[in-house]
Amino acid sequence: MSSAQIEIQLIGIVVAAACALPGVFLVLRGMAMMSDAISHTVLLGIVLGFLITGDLESPWLLFGAAAMGLLTVSLTELLNRTRLVKQDAAIGLVFPALFSIAVILISRFARGVHLDTDAVLLGELAFAPFDRLMLFGALLPRSLVVMSIILVINLLFILALYKELKLATFDAGLAAALGFSPALIHYGLMGMVSITAVGAFDAVGSILVVAFMVAPAAAAYLLTDKLERMLLYSVGLGALGAVGGYWMAHLMDANIAGSMATVIGLLFLLCLLFAPERGLLATAARRQRQRWEFAQTMLTIHLLHHEGTPEAEIENRLDHLHDHLRWEPAFAQGVVQRADERGLVRLENGSLHLTEAGRGLATTMLTEKR
Amino acid sequence: MDETKLAVQVADLTVAYQEKPVLWDVDLDVPQGVLMAIVGPNGAGKTTMLKAILGLLTPAAGHVSIFGKPYQQQRSLVGYVPQRGSVDWDFPTSVLDVVMMGNYGKLGWVRRPGAADRRAAQSALEKVGMADYADRQISQLSGGQQQRTFLARALMQDAQVYFMDEPFQGVDATTERAIVDLLKELRAQGKTVLAVHHDLQTVPEYFDWVMLLNVRRIASGPVKEVFTDENLRAAYGGRVGFLNKRQDP
Repeated sequence: MSSAQIEIQLIGIVVAAACALPGVFLVLRGMAMMSDAISHTVLLGIVLGFLITGDLESPWLLFGAAAMGLLTVSLTELLNRTRLVKQDAAIGLVFPALFSIAVILISRFARGVHLDTDAVLLGELAFAPFDRLMLFGALLPRSLVVMSIILVINLLFILALYKELKLATFDAGLAAALGFSPALIHYGLMGMVSITAVGAFDAVGSILVVAFMVAPAAAAYLLTDKLERMLLYSVGLGALGAVGGYWMAHLMDANIAGSMATVIGLLFLLCLLFAPERGLLATAARRQRQRWEFAQTMLTIHLLHHEGTPEAEIENRLDHLHDHLRWEPAFAQGVVQRADERGLVRLENGSLHLTEAGRGLATTMLTEKR
Repeated sequence: MDETKLAVQVADLTVAYQEKPVLWDVDLDVPQGVLMAIVGPNGAGKTTMLKAILGLLTPAAGHVSIFGKPYQQQRSLVGYVPQRGSVDWDFPTSVLDVVMMGNYGKLGWVRRPGAADRRAAQSALEKVGMADYADRQISQLSGGQQQRTFLARALMQDAQVYFMDEPFQGVDATTERAIVDLLKELRAQGKTVLAVHHDLQTVPEYFDWVMLLNVRRIASGPVKEVFTDENLRAAYGGRVGFLNKRQDP
């Protein structure tokens, strides 16, 4: 691997980690789409900052962008609070408006500058190693430095306010009653999303920012039921997506950011299908098992109901289950076979009898209060 | 009543959503050590009143004091049990973790809960009969267990006044019994409880004070004095089926 290759992957990993941390809280708050809005509208902050300072390297651009992120959030909330516009529609109104103002400003006043709209959407990760700056006596890629700083800021923010973020996300009412202003925590989080989006989009573009914020968090949510682990897994999955995406782009000679977003999407898909407890396959298997178990319980109750009565001879016959429980013969056969294996029933000359265990199950199910 | 210590005092409380009053000029004095039910028809403003008292929404007028001082200065004396349905129970966390949130107020910003908080949370869970569920993921709880988790969290707050929003809503008989026992225990310790309640039948059995609310305060005071047919009719209009079934002593 050349050093440029290593650097690109490193940048990818750092961006993925920096995005995954706030992403977890966005996903848990049901605000995933806010990442999409913010990662686009920060462009307006950058353009305005550039037009005022005339310098693309100025740190004011970062402040302008972060402020624009917060403005996006508050405009959305303002619209939402009128109760005339729903939250998702409010995002859909604010984000194109601010983004298109930025696009117009670029085309009118900043043509020829590095700020072209393609780069905004897709990033130029392949060129990231060429833009370097001196730090601690070493010439390092600018985006690696910037994103590492942002990653550290995000980490510190979450470590310091972990309990507050958790409380305000789970139960904003209690947070407010205890004196932890949910609004303050909310805007702190949104500020973190904005700064991350600004730092990241220069390197990887806004599409990948959204993918890095939402997909790893949504996938991690399927894998664990602990918040700490969800944060950890999101970072891991994001990093995996970054490295995997780089090599996919390398093999296919394709756009790096696009490949990374694709691999993260695929990782999510894998989790959706194969997550041990919440995945689609696990859910389907559980449903199937419950269906068989429920049918066996129904069978024991049916048998108990008619046990010892004159009509038991007719009711409790295998070939009669079709009429009484509306079971297809093949299904009835399956249920009886499974119940037999579990020692719930005995089949004698086509007539069914409860065992002690079967009678016990039926009685408990009938008396259990639910 | 001037002699008794007032746990909660509400004066002229008015809350409006866009000029539409939800609470109109409500006065309420709650002495220390009572269990008070807040009853009234849907849309009467019961939850709104709790939220306004706790500063979760800004009233158009009026003020609230807890033991003689504004709520903002008395947070540590107040425990809050929100409606069970107001949070996302699929949130990735455990029962013990949720209970520990009750102590966050005492910890203040940034400080993390430690082993002592863990032990306190565990003993709060024991009090509501949930000791074995500490490590359970909260999405696996039944409605009654969720409610008891919330109560354990309120116990962690170790407050003097508890505000509970429909603690009996949709719970099983075991939980209902557990909550009633807990309320009585709190009263025995001299604590005050205000609970939004829906089941008029159980008001005299579970509570000793009651407030009837329908946008305005209809009546409040000891159950024996104010839980009358006349007041109930005033609060509910003609819509109390319960009144017709009730046999007056």
